[in-house]
Amino acid sequence: MTALTPADVDLTTVLADAHLDNPVMTASGCAAAGQELHQFFDVSELGAVVTKSVMRDPRSGRPTPRMAETPSGMLNSIGLQGPGITAFLARDLPWLLQHDARPIVSIAGSSLGEYAELARRVGNTPGVAALEVNISCPNVENRGSVFACDPFQAARAVAAVRRDTPRGVPVFAKLSPDVTSIVEVAEAVMEAGADGLVLINTLLGMHIDLTTLRPLLGGGTGGLSGPAIRPVAVRAVWQVAAALPGVPIIGVGGIRTGADALEFLLAGASAVQVGTVIFNDPSAPRRVIAELRADLAVRGFAKASDAVGFAHRSTPGST
Amino acid sequence: MTPGTAVSRRRTTAQAGRGPLQVDGEVFSVKRVGDYFHLTIVADGIAERTRPGNFVALSVGDDTSANLLRRAFSIYRVKPAGIYGGTVEIIVAAHGPGTSWLASRHRHDRVNVVGPLGRPFALPKQPVACALVGGGYGSAPLFGLAEKLRERSCTAHMVLGASTEARLFGALEAKRAASSVTVTTVDGSVGIKGVVTDPLPTLLARHDIDVVYSCGPMGMLRAVTSVATQHGAWSQTAVEEAMACGVGVCMTCVLPVVGDDNITRMVRSCVEGPVFAGDKVRWDAIGTVPAGTYGTSVPSRRP
Ligand SMILES: Cc1cc2nc3c(=O)[nH]c(=O)nc-3n(C[C@H](O)[C@H](O)[C@H](O)COP(=O)(O)OP(=O)(O)OC[C@H]3O[C@@H](n4cnc5c(N)ncnc54)[C@H](O)[C@@H]3O)c2cc1C
Ligand SMILES: Cc1cc2nc3c(=O)[nH]c(=O)nc-3n(C[C@H](O)[C@H](O)[C@H](O)COP(=O)(O)O)c2cc1C
Ligand code: FES
Repeated sequence: MTALTPADVDLTTVLADAHLDNPVMTASGCAAAGQELHQFFDVSELGAVVTKSVMRDPRSGRPTPRMAETPSGMLNSIGLQGPGITAFLARDLPWLLQHDARPIVSIAGSSLGEYAELARRVGNTPGVAALEVNISCPNVENRGSVFACDPFQAARAVAAVRRDTPRGVPVFAKLSPDVTSIVEVAEAVMEAGADGLVLINTLLGMHIDLTTLRPLLGGGTGGLSGPAIRPVAVRAVWQVAAALPGVPIIGVGGIRTGADALEFLLAGASAVQVGTVIFNDPSAPRRVIAELRADLAVRGFAKASDAVGFAHRSTPGST
Repeated sequence: MTPGTAVSRRRTTAQAGRGPLQVDGEVFSVKRVGDYFHLTIVADGIAERTRPGNFVALSVGDDTSANLLRRAFSIYRVKPAGIYGGTVEIIVAAHGPGTSWLASRHRHDRVNVVGPLGRPFALPKQPVACALVGGGYGSAPLFGLAEKLRERSCTAHMVLGASTEARLFGALEAKRAASSVTVTTVDGSVGIKGVVTDPLPTLLARHDIDVVYSCGPMGMLRAVTSVATQHGAWSQTAVEEAMACGVGVCMTCVLPVVGDDNITRMVRSCVEGPVFAGDKVRWDAIGTVPAGTYGTSVPSRRP
């Protein structure tokens, strides 16, 4: 392939019914609802802004300490602190729309009824580009077991959302890597009506404080994120893309540069999200767009979509 | 224009001259001051926006660093751009990997700076009597504050405390900046042997203090607030909570604070603080989500 100039690369991205200017988004929980990052760059430049998972009711979250730095990453135990759906729809979503951003709203429920209610309220709000279903939450109706860890429970949550979301608003299910077979969960949620997948959420981890000799995080365990988990995320995208060809995948986990984003496209993701690295560089999502453009150009990809799944193709000449 | 080249139609707040900036800074000097390191960083544009009590968040290492999280430091001093670029000065206590990396920088090294961040100290509108209490490097933001207070014809009585003389910051400078200076050390190596709250009640009474500003360890802030409240003075405290982003997007830096509506909320200390009215912080409940906090099952009022 011959190199192109970066300006010639077409970054437009289609994810089910969502049409985006480029494939780079923020990751849920790492960009709040866009306003703070707008101090550093114009959030309308992003493919989409994925908002912090919102629940039906206001949530105070977990006690502090809520984070620990780890090698090339961090643990967090925020506990989905947030304002609840009413305040979100009244305040945060209108701000994003007024600023020409494309919002993907992440919702989290603690019961099937709550997922359905959130789907109705968010899905019927004009301007929402897509719904992202965070199923890494405990199900209060099933002894607090996490939806995402069981294909059957995961599928039920996604089905509840899809049933109550208007046609034309795509529903993406965000999966946890803490399962024996992510492909099995992916198949179950696609069968339940998901329009695409977000891979991956954080991995469960722990840090023990050597001063107190006890777990450091207020919540005991926390979610591991950042460049440390990138190979796990790339592997998850690869496996699911291989098993379910054609399913739109949004890749997330440790993306720091355009080259990292390209790695996800090659593994089979059509779009990517930048999360923890925002804490290191609040301009990272915009920087990743520019770097990805250059990285595609150097390799002769005229369109971002041409790179999607490229790594799965057998090398010419091999059998 | 090719498809997908986003065109910015709206100015960000930074472009509009407000809010924090992200600047690729350059180390101008690193000086040892007792147990601390005094860093001066050339970072254009930050000085003009800074008010006393603001902080900066510095990245650690280069853009492949394994220490991803920024480190927060109170702004000690700023100088607007003149012949040289504008500078930001901070006082660093080196202990973990991030602070040690910063302390070992040399002139011309690069350090990425985000700032100014957070809510500054609230300044009185009247020419009132103020006490400024600093513990360890917590005195750093108080010098700029003293200057602003004296511009408003307020008095600024400083009380600086530390465990040892080497951990006392700015006692000499305080003589110039403050209306009076009281020093305490736990080991008695200089000043009164004890802690800042030992001489504080007498000082508040003698100068009829209206506002008490404080910055330092959380335990000290709690004790200072209690002395100030007993005396009937307002208290303004600059807290220090572990932060991951420093800019308000991650929700790690929260602490329980009572609002004007008497409801306790877990608020972000990086954007709604680091300066809080001392009597609004639930000091007893830090590290917990106290019962009745907004967003626990039943929002209720503070007893
Ligand atoms: C608003 C504010 C102002 C501050 N001002 C100063 C100052 O003027 N001078 C100074 O020396 N220090 C100051 N600190 C504390 C300083 O940020 C921490 O000491 C530093 O982040 C520790 O980094 P480390 O790598 O050396 O230590 P580590 O303990 O290894 O840090 C690990 C992680 O925990 C976080 N962390 C650990 N301790 C703290 C802490 N006390 N506060 C916030 N984050 C922490 C770090 O950001 C890092 O992500 C301030 C903190 C805040 C929040
Ligand atoms: C502080 C923090 C908060 C997060 N909150 C959410 C959340 O509310 N909902 C969600 O689906 N994922 C959440 N995540 C997970 C991220 O969206 C992302 O899946 C994960 O961190 C991996 O990507 P990264 O390495 O780029 O951060 C959070 C991550 C972090 C670090
Ligand atoms: S440090 Fe991230 S919200 Fe305050």
